[in-house]
Amino acid sequence: MDRPWWRIAVDVLKANEVHLIPYVPDNVLKPLIAALHEDPFFHAFTVAREEEAVGIVAGAWMAGTKGLVLMQTSGFATLANVLASLPCAFQIPVLMMISERGTMGEFNLGQAAVWRTMRPTLEALAMEHHVVTRLDECEFIFDRTIRQAHLTQMPAAIILSPLLTGGKAVTRQVVA
Amino acid sequence: MIAAHNAKRMYRFDLMQRLVARLEHEEAVIGGIGNTNFDLWSAGHRPQNFYMLGSMGLAVPIALGVALAQPNRKVFAVEGDGSLLMQLGCLATVATLGPKNLAILVMDNGVYQITGGQQTPAARADFVAIAQGCGLSHAAWAADETDFERQVGHCLETDGPHVIAVKLDDQPPVSQTERDPPQIRDRFMRGMGAKRSKLPG
Ligand SMILES: Cc1ncc(C[n+]2csc(CCOP(=O)(O)OP(=O)(O)O)c2C)c(N)n1
Ligand SMILES: [Mg+2]
Repeated sequence: MDRPWWRIAVDVLKANEVHLIPYVPDNVLKPLIAALHEDPFFHAFTVAREEEAVGIVAGAWMAGTKGLVLMQTSGFATLANVLASLPCAFQIPVLMMISERGTMGEFNLGQAAVWRTMRPTLEALAMEHHVVTRLDECEFIFDRTIRQAHLTQMPAAIILSPLLTGGKAVTRQVVA
Repeated sequence: MIAAHNAKRMYRFDLMQRLVARLEHEEAVIGGIGNTNFDLWSAGHRPQNFYMLGSMGLAVPIALGVALAQPNRKVFAVEGDGSLLMQLGCLATVATLGPKNLAILVMDNGVYQITGGQQTPAARADFVAIAQGCGLSHAAWAADETDFERQVGHCLETDGPHVIAVKLDDQPPVSQTERDPPQIRDRFMRGMGAKRSKLPG
């Protein structure tokens, strides 16, 4: 049987010695988060804000430990200032894996509105980013994005499309 | 334990010199945005110093990352009061993870000094009480310079995480850090032993 996307993520992170995983949770990321906590190779823990996680991964990299931040689209939207002034300015390969909310049948208008800010922000920061939509491309995109970030010392974002993860199921409008 | 209002108002540059003078084992020091890292720089550059040039509020998270990566090295985060206010949640994270090698210095002048000395919204807050409320039980105000040095020694000699909060006077910083982020990062990585290079550093 094919490995699910989150199992591939675990394997690729391990192969690239990405060890430290601070995150603010998201429903779609649940199986990945559970697998990371289960595996003693990883140090996965929650933080209060995504900005904090960017600082932690940046500090850890400079001291010799690789990390990656897990978040959802709305978490990314809180980050423009710290991404510009820390990993972009200092050339530190802060890696981000972002569960994409707000598109492909989103039921929450707030999430949909935030979604529209993500690509323009990534582009304005000139930050490497790739959207993963297919299981058969998962391993290649994860692995190459992580490697390139480390080799070039530049931050990068991997966006997990609902086409890959299934997203959060569309619910019907509740009319009270 | 001393109460916040009894703590002597001290000179940031003097405290930075006293801190740096106590560091004999290549301890890492992460200086927060602005005047905080300016006075760390002015106290004499060390390869183990990192100077933040933006990302207001991230001195403690960066220091936490360093501390987790190198549990045998002591790490100091030096952060301004306004900056810490922007990222108070990080104190809870530090308390939960409990890195034994991390110490946090809170530089409380009550204002955003670098932007013109405007009062912070924390006029009635007590940073030691906040840290303790987050679960950081080793948190205390430094009464004066002697007490500050004693507490720094305690951070170096015992397991943390520790928090030392100091009240500052209103003297300006002595000079400004050279603003060259990739150079700062490169020097710091060499200082941490995380990068080797044949390029002269
Ligand atoms: C997110 C963000 N908001 C505002 C600023 C502008 N700013 C830079 S330093 C600073 C004040 C820092 O205050 P504090 O940490 O208390 O240090 P002090 O200047 O008092 O030494 C402010 C408001 C900024 N750089 N980033
Ligand atoms: Mg201040």
